[in-house]
Amino acid sequence: MNAHSLDTTLSAPASLAAPAPEARSTPPGDLAIWFFILAELLVFAVFFAAYAFARAQDVALFNAMQDHLDRNAGGINTVLLITASWCVARAVRAVCEHGRSATGAHWLAAAIACGGGFLALKCVEYAGKFAAGISLSTNTFWMFYLSLTFFHFMHVILGLVILSILWLQTRRGGYGPGHANGLESGAAYWHMVDLVWIVLFPLVYVMR
Amino acid sequence: MQYKSQAVAKPYFIAAIGLFIGQILFGLIMGLQYVVGDFLFPAIPFNIARMVHTNLLIVWLLFGFMGAAYYMVPEESETELYSPRLAMALFWIFLVAGALTIVGYLMVPYAKLAEMTGNDLLATMGREFLEQPLLTKVGIVIVALGFLFNLTLTLLKGRKTSISLVLLMGLWGLAVFFLFSFYNPENLVKDKFYWWWVVHLWVEGVWELILGALLAFVLIKVTGVDREVIEKWLYVIITLTLITGIIGTGHHYFWIGTPAYWKWWGSIFSALEPIPFFAMTVFAFNMVNRRRRDHPNRAATLWALGTGVMAFLGAGVWGFLHTLAPVNYYTHGTQITAAHGHMAFYGAYVMVVLTIISYAMPVLRGRAANSNRAQVVEMWSFWLMTISMVFITLFLTAAGVLQVWLQRFSTSPLPFMVVQDQISLFYWMREVTGVIFLLGLVAYVASFFVKGEAATLASSTSGRAGIGTQPA
Repeated sequence: MNAHSLDTTLSAPASLAAPAPEARSTPPGDLAIWFFILAELLVFAVFFAAYAFARAQDVALFNAMQDHLDRNAGGINTVLLITASWCVARAVRAVCEHGRSATGAHWLAAAIACGGGFLALKCVEYAGKFAAGISLSTNTFWMFYLSLTFFHFMHVILGLVILSILWLQTRRGGYGPGHANGLESGAAYWHMVDLVWIVLFPLVYVMR
Repeated sequence: MQYKSQAVAKPYFIAAIGLFIGQILFGLIMGLQYVVGDFLFPAIPFNIARMVHTNLLIVWLLFGFMGAAYYMVPEESETELYSPRLAMALFWIFLVAGALTIVGYLMVPYAKLAEMTGNDLLATMGREFLEQPLLTKVGIVIVALGFLFNLTLTLLKGRKTSISLVLLMGLWGLAVFFLFSFYNPENLVKDKFYWWWVVHLWVEGVWELILGALLAFVLIKVTGVDREVIEKWLYVIITLTLITGIIGTGHHYFWIGTPAYWKWWGSIFSALEPIPFFAMTVFAFNMVNRRRRDHPNRAATLWALGTGVMAFLGAGVWGFLHTLAPVNYYTHGTQITAAHGHMAFYGAYVMVVLTIISYAMPVLRGRAANSNRAQVVEMWSFWLMTISMVFITLFLTAAGVLQVWLQRFSTSPLPFMVVQDQISLFYWMREVTGVIFLLGLVAYVASFFVKGEAATLASSTSGRAGIGTQPA
């Protein structure tokens, strides 16, 4: 009955179909994940724009409240996320260029450890803020701080779930040169999570 | 038709169309009451007509979704329905309960109806769209559970495709969120807060999953594009839907007494709600452009494309118009909302149900597609209904803009009823356009009775043998 039995020589569904096995596709990974990444970036972009708009209404409040943020924790978290991204990139290279699944899996495990460190440190930060009685309704700055960072926090969790799946698959030798679509897609998603933080940290913690 | 049990879809589709006619008639009655206030008073007061209009809409769409699911799930799962007999029993229960409820609305004063149906045991009545008596609500839950039981077991014993999983996820979500209609707290803020969990999380959440699954199914059938490609799009679309739609509920929480952060959350997330609808339009056109066959049912293809465009305009663009808190501050509860409601419901849900009916009904009647003449009449109905809905929306938008201006924005605001008089011209134009919509609906019903030589799939698939489900 179904479409599977159709003549597959037609090039019709090229753009969303799996890439040709031998060549590295551009962009790497699945096109669908790029739609998803763009949509996610758009949501954050609108959130950042809203932050900028709200800050412009009350710069003094935002500056005063910003002083209560722990820039050291934020800085360490930035390093952790960038390191995680580096590890992921090394993992992709190990698997896709050299076909070394075991090495790739180690790099992914290191990335997961860094991501876990990010979550732990962020929890410590949240605990401090909640202990100080800060909530979404305290004022506009804290509303944005909590919303933006928590929304990002959820993305880190999702990213770690994805990395864990990739780690399991890579350990089993599920990817290799020419067949690493899933690995590259997951890696692209993780880089997005990292990229958002690289904008979020200076915007909310540092910029005055 | 591939599986005998798919035939249970047919009565569901027929009932859906029957109730659709009722919905439109009551729409015309209340449209006239906007300008001739005592029309049919006291037999059918405005509030009753409105309740019947909106309740019939929801019930016929549910009939449509159920028919669609009974048609699609066996075919997707490649197995007969678990129990066709249960499906037929539930059909009659749902139809009789629905009809009795409407008769109750029309014959008995609402307060009396509440008293008669045990509203004092558990007060659930009196809230917009959820006006149904307790008995009806319980009936809906029983029907929904039986329906989901039947479909889930069918799915479990057969092939699991992404389309049927997304469809089932949407239908389970529909049933689960309906349970909030039983929660009716004293606190008005809480009441409204959870009321939206039914209303918003249906139409801007789980129903969109159903919509996506129906559209994907019909597109696979009429275009012959690889399932893998269509399913990937479906996943992208439902992910976008859930990212934007769930927290997007916040655009209803601006003025009901919830914390202020909802103004930001609601504005930001719901501002992005047009994206999945836009993706759906691109998806539909893309798939039709890449088609590997020219399916003889051109009417179904037209409905599918129309769903994409009109859902984007009605739900996406007209929703965005008033979704930002600073705008909504002025437009809340004006005719802008009515304009959005009309085009969104028509474009997204009415059209997708008509799409699946258009595709499935000929198959259920033993042919790949209706005769050319019947399809021409059906396409006339498509254009008549769609264009009149565009004008209904434009007239209501004009009425809404004027209303906002005269009643809320101006330096010397006028009272509500004075403004209603001022904008009555637009209500008249809306009513005339509504009559044209009814003519379109009459043409739609007539298209089922137009004879002529039925098309077969083999004669028009440019020689690619064995690709259809339909008898050739």
